[in-house]
Amino acid sequence: MSLKNQWPTLIVVSFTLVAAGCSRTATPAFAPKPTGFGAALVESSGGKQSGATGMVLAQPVVVQVNDEQGRAVTGALVDFGGPAGVSFDPPSGLADSSGQLSTNVALGGMAGRYQLTARTLSKAQKPVELKIEEIALGYQQELGFQLDNKYCARCHNPESTPERVSNYDNLEVKPHPFTEGDTLNKMSDAELTAIISHGGPALSKSALMPPYGYTLSKTEIEALIAYIRLISDPPYHASGIVYAQK
Amino acid sequence: MQPSSQSPPQSPKNSLVSWWHTLFGHPVRAFGVVSLLLLIFLAIAPAKNHFSEWRHYQKQYLSLIGARGDAVTLQRHFNGHSGIQQIWLPEFGVVDRCTTCHAGLKEASLSDVSIQPFRRHPVIPHTLDQFGCVMCHRGQGPATTVEEAHSSTLAWEQPILPARYVQSSCGQCHRAPLTGTPQLNLGRNLLARYGCVHCHTIKLPDGTAMKPTDDPPSLEHVADKTTREWIYAWLKDPQAYAVTATMPNFKLSDVDARDVSAFLIANSTPIAGDTAPASPADKDQRALDPAAGASLYGESFCASCHAVQNAAGNVVGGDIGPELTRVGNKVKPEWLRAWLRNPRVYDPGTAMPHFRFNEPQLALLTAYLGNKTDSDLLANVHLDPATPEQIAHGKHLVTEYGCAACHEVNGIKKPDNFAPELTRIGSKPLTQIIFLPGMTHAIPDYVAAKIRQPRSFGSALKMPQFTLNPAQIDALTTALLALTDRAHDLPMALTVAAKPASSYEPAGKAGQLMADLACFSCHSINGRGGDLAPDLTWEGSSVQRQWLLAFLKNPGTLRPALIRRMPKFNLSDSDAAELTDYMMTVYQTPAFERDSMPLSSYPSAQVEQGRQLFYSKYACQSCHIVDSKVDKGYVGPALTQVGSRLNAAWIYYWLKNPQAMRPVTIEPNRNMNDEDARALTAFLMTQKGSKQETGK
Repeated sequence: MSLKNQWPTLIVVSFTLVAAGCSRTATPAFAPKPTGFGAALVESSGGKQSGATGMVLAQPVVVQVNDEQGRAVTGALVDFGGPAGVSFDPPSGLADSSGQLSTNVALGGMAGRYQLTARTLSKAQKPVELKIEEIALGYQQELGFQLDNKYCARCHNPESTPERVSNYDNLEVKPHPFTEGDTLNKMSDAELTAIISHGGPALSKSALMPPYGYTLSKTEIEALIAYIRLISDPPYHASGIVYAQK
Repeated sequence: MQPSSQSPPQSPKNSLVSWWHTLFGHPVRAFGVVSLLLLIFLAIAPAKNHFSEWRHYQKQYLSLIGARGDAVTLQRHFNGHSGIQQIWLPEFGVVDRCTTCHAGLKEASLSDVSIQPFRRHPVIPHTLDQFGCVMCHRGQGPATTVEEAHSSTLAWEQPILPARYVQSSCGQCHRAPLTGTPQLNLGRNLLARYGCVHCHTIKLPDGTAMKPTDDPPSLEHVADKTTREWIYAWLKDPQAYAVTATMPNFKLSDVDARDVSAFLIANSTPIAGDTAPASPADKDQRALDPAAGASLYGESFCASCHAVQNAAGNVVGGDIGPELTRVGNKVKPEWLRAWLRNPRVYDPGTAMPHFRFNEPQLALLTAYLGNKTDSDLLANVHLDPATPEQIAHGKHLVTEYGCAACHEVNGIKKPDNFAPELTRIGSKPLTQIIFLPGMTHAIPDYVAAKIRQPRSFGSALKMPQFTLNPAQIDALTTALLALTDRAHDLPMALTVAAKPASSYEPAGKAGQLMADLACFSCHSINGRGGDLAPDLTWEGSSVQRQWLLAFLKNPGTLRPALIRRMPKFNLSDSDAAELTDYMMTVYQTPAFERDSMPLSSYPSAQVEQGRQLFYSKYACQSCHIVDSKVDKGYVGPALTQVGSRLNAAWIYYWLKNPQAMRPVTIEPNRNMNDEDARALTAFLMTQKGSKQETGK
């Protein structure tokens, strides 16, 4: 064989080498080998959080692997997954000595509810799944969240923290927590705007709710409503024409 | 091109000749063939255009909107905008064709569409036509293929910015904190608070350099304060001493830590008074009940600034001063006592107030804090006496690692530009960066990796390991990515400047007192100071002299549900009077005359009208307490004694527009008419408080 006939091979090989050298993608993470198998996955903490789109949630998501008797299993391999754009650090790992695995979650770039899944394998190699829901706040909802924190949460959030003692129990007419979808979903955007701007009496409700129309701008009130709509439980669906969805 | 069919009898040349004859043998045939070729070549451009990516997406978009209820409206919006679209903003250097494929960005009715490129853009304060796309998202604006627009190519280094860092783009123009960008604000705070800018210069586009807000202690007299063993343990692992410590870990070897601690102790000069041994009388005081020490710690509101880790591992308390969980392991009792007596002797610029503790109190507090120890911390530290070689080596290391960039060290000058300048880090050319194997070749990944684990880029690097959580790393990355070429090259008129730092200094004897009491650590006046406690810029218009004097002597809390409170400084009568007079005279608003309304003797009809308004029309009791038997409002300050605390004119103007008096207040503006405001003022001024109520 002359050298001439080998030219194509040489070219192909050298191109492959150059291309491999230029590779810009990360190598896939090495998955560890499980040393234990569980029968159930439970959420320890980190569910039902809300955080800005694309950003790491404040608390890590912690799941626990249990066996049939509900005892923690060490060394089970847990995989996390979610819709496009969600990233986990680490994406998978082995449960520690208390059966737990913790991961930092960054939600995707679109505001809304994200259903995350944690998976592990049982002894019989059957998949065991756990669904965890998180909420991503877009710019508008994030602004609403900040406003809620500053102006509203003291009365509308019954939970007290060391920094903020809730005023909820002190009020004769109880305010609706913003997650209370059963009530708030029935109110239109116009009604919410009215009660925020002009206070409770605008909708013949309690005067304990003061008006914020001279304090908050129109944009801020819209942001607040966008936030309330997003965190509502059960989820809020805008009324009006329902378009065919593909 | 040679024809591929080669039969052995025909030589390649013969075959070519026969092809030539077939095609061009006859002039008419030749003309036909040439015309055909020309047609084919001419068709290439339209065909390329027809099969282009963007056309494909526009067709997809049309079929998507065609199936929706408001197809006609969407169609009409689209019709004017088919073909390649472009947003051209010469002043920003923006040429963006993104809207060619992202056709539904402005369509509010597409908010339920989740497939790209057809999503509606989330609501933000800017419009596409004002700023285009790449200002915020980066990527290559003029490109018309997905790959070229979004990824980095040979000719284009800036790929699309991942969503988790998108707030960095706001920071290119907005230099002041924004409500909508908490991550960027946090990142900028961390750059200053973790002392990044001690070593890395960051010049801001307005020409000033970013200033650190931490205050790393001077090491000039460190031997007065602590032992060599503690320095060794601290250097090896600062977070083992205090989980909230911002001091990074330099990953020193045992030998290096031994030598640095030897140098720092040997290099320290004493301050007179720090080492005064406790008098025999104190010995008895130390045996005092530890509960008395704990209650003095509580009464002095040390926890407003200092945190302590509790048994459950939670860190409880403020973050202005250092964490005190294991302070007994660190400080020498003689030094601690001198520090508590007057911290300004050891550190003139400290944020700690000068509490006027008496001797028994000093002994009590010293003993209480001295007992905050952890027996494990120094258990395994055994250091032999330092040799001159060790001290010399320690000095070399201190210079080498740039300790003097943060801490004052005798005989070592603060190094200039110790670490690479980060002024334009967000636009650093990729060719100047050495990436780790397997890492995505993009600036955000590089910056984040460098913050997360600096030494992963080489064990000989000097940058230490900081203890940061993932959100803090992202925040820092975001703040650094905002430092782009664009941020620096934008015309000043197009940027939103930060409020210039205030250098306000109160004058005279009162000014000295305020510095001594470190009022600015918590309170803000004329734009300078902390945000833990109320802004005092207009305190003189707000409160009555008698009240302020009594409050400074013996502070209480105004809010029923507030945990942090003003400490009692044990002020002398003359000091309290000096401060009160200064504040009453100087801190007045120009908006109204303080004494324009009387403090008492309002007609009872007006007072009664005010009461009605308070409880019914304005329902103030939802947040405030006037009658502590009935009212429960926990949000605003209690108003049981408001008539002896506030001036009537202040209440009146506050009711008219609270935000005009104090912009950050959450009290809603009720757009109150003059008559109602006057009646409410009259009612509130009758709330003078009784002895019985003040005791509550």
